Amino acid sequence: MIGPLLISLYVFVLAIFIGFEVIAKVPPLLHTPLMSGSNAISGITIVGALISAGSGHTGVSAFLGFTAVIFATINVVGGFLVTDRMLEMFKKGKK
Amino acid sequence: MENITYIAYLISAVCFILGLKKLSSAKTARQGNILSGIGMLIAIAVTLLDKQIIDFTFIIAGIVVGSAIGAIAAKKVKMTDMPQMVAVFNGFGGGASTLVALAEFYRFTTTPEVNVSITLVLSLLIGTVTFTGSFIAFAKLQGLMKSAPVVFKMQQFVNILLFLAIVVLGVLFVIQPSSGLELILVIAISAVLGLLLVIPIGGADMPVVIALLNSYSGLAAAMTGFVLNNYILIISGALVGASGIILSNLMCIAMNRSLINVLFGKVGFDASAGGGEKGERKQVTRYTPDDAVMMLENAGSVIIVPGYGLAVAQAQHVLQEMASLLEKNGTEVHYAIHPVAGRMPGHMNVLLAEANVPYDKLMEMDAINEDFQNTDVALVIGANDVINPAARTKKDSVLYGMPILNVDQARTVIIVKRSLNPGFAGEDNELFYGDKTMMVFGDAKKIVTDIANLLKG
Repeated sequence: MIGPLLISLYVFVLAIFIGFEVIAKVPPLLHTPLMSGSNAISGITIVGALISAGSGHTGVSAFLGFTAVIFATINVVGGFLVTDRMLEMFKKGKK
Repeated sequence: MENITYIAYLISAVCFILGLKKLSSAKTARQGNILSGIGMLIAIAVTLLDKQIIDFTFIIAGIVVGSAIGAIAAKKVKMTDMPQMVAVFNGFGGGASTLVALAEFYRFTTTPEVNVSITLVLSLLIGTVTFTGSFIAFAKLQGLMKSAPVVFKMQQFVNILLFLAIVVLGVLFVIQPSSGLELILVIAISAVLGLLLVIPIGGADMPVVIALLNSYSGLAAAMTGFVLNNYILIISGALVGASGIILSNLMCIAMNRSLINVLFGKVGFDASAGGGEKGERKQVTRYTPDDAVMMLENAGSVIIVPGYGLAVAQAQHVLQEMASLLEKNGTEVHYAIHPVAGRMPGHMNVLLAEANVPYDKLMEMDAINEDFQNTDVALVIGANDVINPAARTKKDSVLYGMPILNVDQARTVIIVKRSLNPGFAGEDNELFYGDKTMMVFGDAKKIVTDIANLLKG
């Protein structure tokens, strides 16, 4: 029987390979938006932060969760918006 | 309900992967970013429905504050300051991972299993190193602290000691995971470690460091995913981790350095490197913008090679104006972008896109290097090391082996530069003294403006 840790490890390793395959095809032209965009994706920790902040604990855990929500939201909102702002500027030439 | 949550997370993961895939073309890139954003919204929405969440006070407050800061920063930031911005966001991502993992520890009601304890320690280590390391990178890029490497005796030794201390504390915690004291110490020491790992890295190497920290912020999220047993964190973290590794590697290849050398090599602070030739002062002819205009007006094809000096002088917009004038005159104009042009991967493309240069004019090095030999004028603005032929010929040079733009193969080379000073590598550039080279000294913005005005007149 495969344990939960091993399943996680399978998912992790396979996702890294998908990451390499997909990202190797991004042209240098778009490397800065790639960085800010993938950065926004790493703000996915917000999912964990929401549960810590909202689980009804009042002590340290809630405070840590609250701060984590702020940090992760900055990461997510700022990351996606700034990436969009950059990509909007990339325009093809006329004719 | 749990199944619905997990299916929603799977949809989010697919959105992220497809979103990144759409970044492979400038046409679909914006759509891709929006798709990733939708994936994030789905993940957040379904998490808010989780039955563990019973109180929304902190959540709403946190989201409001975080969104406001993130949105204002994203709207206000100048494109030249993008590296700092990404560094700070990386830092917040890493910090969030650390906080979530620590909060999870305080929520444990039973003794955690060994695998959870191990990944918890790793999450704290990587997340905290990312946090403090990113803020040092920010301070260096923003000019709040000197960008030159800060080194002291036994630095590597101290780093190793700190790392060993974290390992020992981690092992203690895994054996007896009852008190949080070990974890607090792990965070404190990791914070110092993050700081010490970034201070010895010079300004020119910052692109690599930011890409690496990007990778760390992903790995920290993945480790937190292991702690929470949450696959969406693991998948997203792995994707970002891979992205950061690819980019740091590309930057290292473009600079002809190994990652180890960038992180521990302390290159860039020794100004005397390559100084052996200082004795003989070679003659260089000074040309004026008028001379440059004469060449440009008669050129059928021009390749512009922009370096960071262009961005420092804020000359992108006037450069685009000048290029349009040349095109009106019937000249074919392209831009050659070296992978390390700018302060982060792909930075120069963003700066020129902001100045309305169409992206199909922006050529990457491998796509344009063959074309220099059939080009009338190569116009170099504020670039140095990336066009230095010593990278091909001079075996003892630090540049030797670095891929460069074949500017020297163009029929005429016009170089706009403030002085003859060598670039970051400290290597003199023989191209400055070549027969077909015209050196035009001065501030990039002023010279390009002069050229544009003369072209108009």
